[in-house]
Amino acid sequence: MLTEIVSWVAVGLIFVTATTMLIINRDWRISLGALALQYTAVFWLVTLHLPFVMGSAKLITGWMVVATMGMTRLGISTTDDDAEEFSLLHGGWYRLILMSIVALVTFGATTRIETIIPGMGLPVIAGGILLIGAGVVHLGVTSDLLRVILALLTVLSGFEILYAAVESSMLVAGFLSVVSLGMGLVGSYLLLAGSSPSETESE
Amino acid sequence: MMNAPILWIAVPFITGVLLLFFLRERISPLIAGSVVTILALIALFIPIDTALLLGSISLKISPSIQFFGRSFFLSTADGPLLAIIYGLAAIWFFGTEASGTANRFVSLGLMIVALLTASIAVQPFLFAALLIEMAAMLVIPLLVPIYQKPGRGVIRFLIYQTLAMPFILFSGWMLAGVEASPGDINITIQAGTMLGLGFAFLLGVFPLYNWIPMLAEEAPPYVTGFLLWVLPTFTIIFGLGFLDRYTWLRTSPQLSGAIQFAGIFMVASGGIFAALQKHIGRMMGYAAIAETGLLVLAIGLRSTEIVNVTFLMLIPRGLELAVWALALSIIKREVYSLQFNELQGLARKYPLAVTAIILAQLSMAGFPLLAGFPPRLALWQELAGQSLMTSFWVFIGMLGLLAASTRTLAVFVMARENTAWKLTESWLQMTMLGLGVIGLFILGMFPQVLQPFIVNLPALFIHLGR
Repeated sequence: MLTEIVSWVAVGLIFVTATTMLIINRDWRISLGALALQYTAVFWLVTLHLPFVMGSAKLITGWMVVATMGMTRLGISTTDDDAEEFSLLHGGWYRLILMSIVALVTFGATTRIETIIPGMGLPVIAGGILLIGAGVVHLGVTSDLLRVILALLTVLSGFEILYAAVESSMLVAGFLSVVSLGMGLVGSYLLLAGSSPSETESE
Repeated sequence: MMNAPILWIAVPFITGVLLLFFLRERISPLIAGSVVTILALIALFIPIDTALLLGSISLKISPSIQFFGRSFFLSTADGPLLAIIYGLAAIWFFGTEASGTANRFVSLGLMIVALLTASIAVQPFLFAALLIEMAAMLVIPLLVPIYQKPGRGVIRFLIYQTLAMPFILFSGWMLAGVEASPGDINITIQAGTMLGLGFAFLLGVFPLYNWIPMLAEEAPPYVTGFLLWVLPTFTIIFGLGFLDRYTWLRTSPQLSGAIQFAGIFMVASGGIFAALQKHIGRMMGYAAIAETGLLVLAIGLRSTEIVNVTFLMLIPRGLELAVWALALSIIKREVYSLQFNELQGLARKYPLAVTAIILAQLSMAGFPLLAGFPPRLALWQELAGQSLMTSFWVFIGMLGLLAASTRTLAVFVMARENTAWKLTESWLQMTMLGLGVIGLFILGMFPQVLQPFIVNLPALFIHLGR
């Protein structure tokens, strides 16, 4: 019972962090903080089907990704990257509606998927679908590089939750962690690309 | 005693890592090219899992290795395939110096080829989607130099390749369910849709190929050409694996129709859009799309010749793209962009590079005597037996590519009067281009030279060849 309650709390945390990243992230630090929290929820849902050690590996990988991207972003001067400013007045309501649709779809689809794939668990399905939906919506509304990477990481997290329930191979878990870490590194590289000459000039 | 996965996966990967971190000299393309050539020759002449006696020494390459509870397996039948892959990779790596591409191309390129070879070897084979995703991520530093802001093309490429992976992994899991209960239409439709979407993202099926022309415009041509060769090649082999593994995929007329429909769209739209371009890099992108469309059409054939026709197309594709991309790289060092208005009259300054571009284009259009002609003829023969309408749209696509090559030629020879002819290419560039062009003619006039490579490939896909 307690596990069930904590699992639903994790789903709630996923909803809050995904919404934060999508709607009220005026500051990249808040987005990365939300992503770090999101990985905690992902860790909990993944460990419902995978051993604790494998879940921990995913959590550590996620936090490494956050750290890598955070350190990279810290080193970049704030210029046009913040042009895509978020607020409720500037498309925020639209994003909020999109996120509500994702939540509604998750609400409707979770029990159906549980019928098709019994044993997965409602919180696992809800968490996975919510993350995939939020990630896809995020990809649809942004062209900012950092946010694209955050959205892809969100999609991957959602997929990892669902796939952990059907495939417990250590190789797959390892590969998925490598993919997440690689995504963080690629994101950091892309963030750095093109910003180096200006730094050299200022030096 | 050697081990096949170590030899063809670990060795090139570690070589790539070593080249990346310890050797940034000009000889790195030579080292990488030599390594892959040796690997190609070993694959060609030393059979896997067969003991050979060399004097008093017994030599045997064992086929598999265990890794985190799963195995990587390369069978005897994989030998010719590895020879093709590493042979084509050698062409790309030896051409690096001539193209003026950064040396890290060879190190990352080696790692990419190693990862994609691992995607052929991994068991269960559907985990290949993860390895393809890793390879796609390794391409990114090549596509975006550190001094250049990433464009839209590279971001879309990353998004599409990443979205492909979950679809394919999930579909693989669902296909197991379909096998368990073949009568369940709902699961069958869901699995088929997921699989289709996964491959649509991976291969860039219409309309998901918009990143290709963007990338061809914003990224270095040689790297783009390499990407357009390497990823679709392995994706097609992966796709053949799916068809071979699951009976209902192989026997479903609806799926075959859907694959052919996607292929037609790619060939026709790629060819027509190529003819309308004014940027020769984008033109290469669209030509590659049309070529991938032909591969998609080949795997959608309802024939026992699927494997033969597919591999007959894969080999010339590698050479055509290498020649085209190398020639474009040479020209790009002279001009600011690859727009037509910047390229006028360059035939008199870079005659060999321009000749190579035109011949590569004509080869992709299926022009007789060139490498692309025999495989297109074989495909057309099979298609004509199934649907004349499909053959017609393939013809339209090829006509578009032919028009594109004619336009390109017209632009290149549009020189001012009294402009002198001169050879600006270096000796190395002339040698590489010359070899490439000779290769295009040899494959076009004597396609039987490919026979030793492809004759045993159907053994890789036990059910498809029947």
